[in-house]
Amino acid sequence: MNEAAPRYYVPHSSPWPIIGSTALFVTAFGAASFIHQSTEKVAAEGSFGQPIFFTGLALIAFMMFGWFSIVIKESIRGMNSGLLDRTYRMGMAWFILSEVMFFGAFFGALFYARIVSVPWLAGASNNLETHVLLWPDFADTWPLFMTPGGDATEAMEAWGLPFINTVILVSSSLTVTFAHWALRKNSRLPLVIWLATTVVLGATFLALQVVEYIHAYTELGLSMGAGIYGSTFFMLTGFHGAHVTMGTIMLTVMLLRCLSGHFSSENHFAFEAVTWYWHFVDVVWLFLFTFVYWF
Amino acid sequence: MVAQAEDVIPQRSPLMAFMARWLLTTNHKEIGTLYLWLSFTLFFIGGAMAMVIRLELFQPGIQFAEPLFYNQMVTMHGLIMVFGVVMPGFVGLANWQIPLMIGAPDMAMPRLNNFSFWILPFAFTLLLSSLFMEGGAPNFGWTFYAPLSTTYGPPSTDFFIIGVHMMGISSVLGAINVIVTIFNLRTPGMTLMKMPLFVWTWLITAFLLIMVMPVLAGVVTMMLTDRHFDTSFFSAAGGGDPLMFQHVFWFFGHPEVYILILPGFGIASQIIPTFARKRLFGYHSMVFASAAIAFLSFIVWGHHMFTAGMPVWVELSFMYATMLIAVPTGVKVFNWVATMWRGSMTFETPMLFALGFVILFTIGGFSGLMLALVPADFQYHDTFFVVAHFHYVLYPGAIFGTMAAVYYWIPKWTGNMYDERLGKIHFWTAVIAVNLTFFPMHFTGLAGMPRRIVDYSLQFADFNMVSSVGAALLGMTQVLFLYIVIKTIRGGAKASTRVWEGADGLEWTVPSPAPHHTFETPPAFPPIMDENESTSLNE
Repeated sequence: MNEAAPRYYVPHSSPWPIIGSTALFVTAFGAASFIHQSTEKVAAEGSFGQPIFFTGLALIAFMMFGWFSIVIKESIRGMNSGLLDRTYRMGMAWFILSEVMFFGAFFGALFYARIVSVPWLAGASNNLETHVLLWPDFADTWPLFMTPGGDATEAMEAWGLPFINTVILVSSSLTVTFAHWALRKNSRLPLVIWLATTVVLGATFLALQVVEYIHAYTELGLSMGAGIYGSTFFMLTGFHGAHVTMGTIMLTVMLLRCLSGHFSSENHFAFEAVTWYWHFVDVVWLFLFTFVYWF
Repeated sequence: MVAQAEDVIPQRSPLMAFMARWLLTTNHKEIGTLYLWLSFTLFFIGGAMAMVIRLELFQPGIQFAEPLFYNQMVTMHGLIMVFGVVMPGFVGLANWQIPLMIGAPDMAMPRLNNFSFWILPFAFTLLLSSLFMEGGAPNFGWTFYAPLSTTYGPPSTDFFIIGVHMMGISSVLGAINVIVTIFNLRTPGMTLMKMPLFVWTWLITAFLLIMVMPVLAGVVTMMLTDRHFDTSFFSAAGGGDPLMFQHVFWFFGHPEVYILILPGFGIASQIIPTFARKRLFGYHSMVFASAAIAFLSFIVWGHHMFTAGMPVWVELSFMYATMLIAVPTGVKVFNWVATMWRGSMTFETPMLFALGFVILFTIGGFSGLMLALVPADFQYHDTFFVVAHFHYVLYPGAIFGTMAAVYYWIPKWTGNMYDERLGKIHFWTAVIAVNLTFFPMHFTGLAGMPRRIVDYSLQFADFNMVSSVGAALLGMTQVLFLYIVIKTIRGGAKASTRVWEGADGLEWTVPSPAPHHTFETPPAFPPIMDENESTSLNE
């Protein structure tokens, strides 16, 4: 730790935030235009949305690279006092809480569909007339094999690929913990091996998820358009998959940083933050496995 | 120090220097100023939309706005006032004041702070640009109920959705910054139960933001996939439910309304003790009441949906939980009044606005109690009574609270006293105009005038005319406010360090105007207030 470091390091003006917000704007504008132009609702007038969207994503990646680079440099120069370390820890913890609430919205939708809307459509509570008048043939089942509108699908079996994926993800939570223990003991080789194992497990999970999606679309008739079961299935597993993708990228960056010797046994919060994130993604999966696949 | 090397900035043209200063800044005071000016700018844009609404409702019939355009104005007015005016206004105050009040050198994550702010102008550019798109801007009300926003929403709805995502990112990052600053950077000795109440209420507000903004992001994402990717979240034919939209939306929406008022509670709790020259009555109960309100806000969302279709026992549970909120709110109002009891009171502009806040917000609270009653709500639902209710809690509540805060702290920000005579004129015209505008809406609403409809029945004509006259006056009053603010920035009587005779707290120990960097070393706490130095305007 640098003796001259102030009590709390307040960075001077930085170009990265404004690059970031501009990048976000480009991405957002591109995404909205892209969605517009790629669906039949709006007549396609040339798809300028797509290139703008990907330009925006590239800018965001550039911003993150640049922004994190200066943070890393500051950390290596010893600008990070104990207080700043606490800032990063708290910041990450609260960020994960916000992510929990984001998944909470989709779990809420799942539970609402299962407990309220599907039974109600079949006449539960005081909705007998709705049932008789609108869709008298509709039956309350979960997974919802046949929607009131007549879309049919089969359910995803929990004890095939999803169970294998559960084992993979839970093991990856263990391997990342072993990597952390190795880092705390400054044992470089086990650290790299365990972390690399975690990255491989994450990537395997994603690959199997792709296989599962193909199976769902081509063999089960399970798609986003297959009613509320398909909607909740794909939105929950899809956002989870997106988070696993982010997590795997973050783990890969951590692996590269470990190889570059950025971390010491005391100063490695970036690594820890990624492990927190990884455990969070794991816990979300356990809920998914329980409520989306199993029960 | 190593970091000083980066301070050497090469000579730039004045424009470049100006741009570099405001685009790249990591200073909490500059970012606070940016937030406040964004909020003020959008206040006039959203206000102009309100003027269109009141102009149209001046008389029955359709005179100026086609129904579709009227609906767009209603929607955009609501969205801009909620997300663009009240929230950024409070965040601006938080940025300026929280580090000053807890003795921190800056916000905990200064670069993230800049990022949080600069997302917003882009987000509102996106939102406002929808006015010029084919099919017009969103026209389904600020609550964007499905299926109005999914099946029947105009094409620009997608831009609205993405804009809401950006606002959400900004709010969550800003809230994380506030919480971490408060938990991590308080000066030694300032325990949680010694924090100023503005800091406490903002801590709770930030917690609410982190809890509910992601849910809003979730619900607009479901809208987007329902619109474009064939999902059936809000479609009964697929096993979903349009009613589910309302549940998820209001799970966000009800805590959101406390996000819009809690910092106002904090502001009143700072200002009233200063001008009553007494300590705040019942500090601990104020803190616990704020926390109780925040907790209850998560279990009352159904009171927005009494007529939408829920089992009776669910409606009754939501009703009782809602009425419970009156208890902590009553504690707060009692404490403000008890603080003034036998105080040595003076009535400078911030105090006037704070008193207007307490009295008029309480009226809005009472009409909220009326709306909380299930059987009564069946009559009030979707009428102008609801409009009267939430404008009473938002205008004399959130907006007066923000204005009180600006008058209270602007001498510290600029180093100049505002013009007290103009400030008083501003307050009295505003308070008259607010009541002229919104009080008659109680009557038309109780008599059955529906909200969000471009035309109305003849018997409501007189009260609507009164409302419109009041609204025009209210709009002009805020131009006066703009003038007062600019005048104060440009000059005026010099403010002392303590500014107000009865002021207490760390922010009154730094010079006026507050220097660019404050509290680089943590100050002593409790602060030693200068007893002799003050520019109370009544002396």
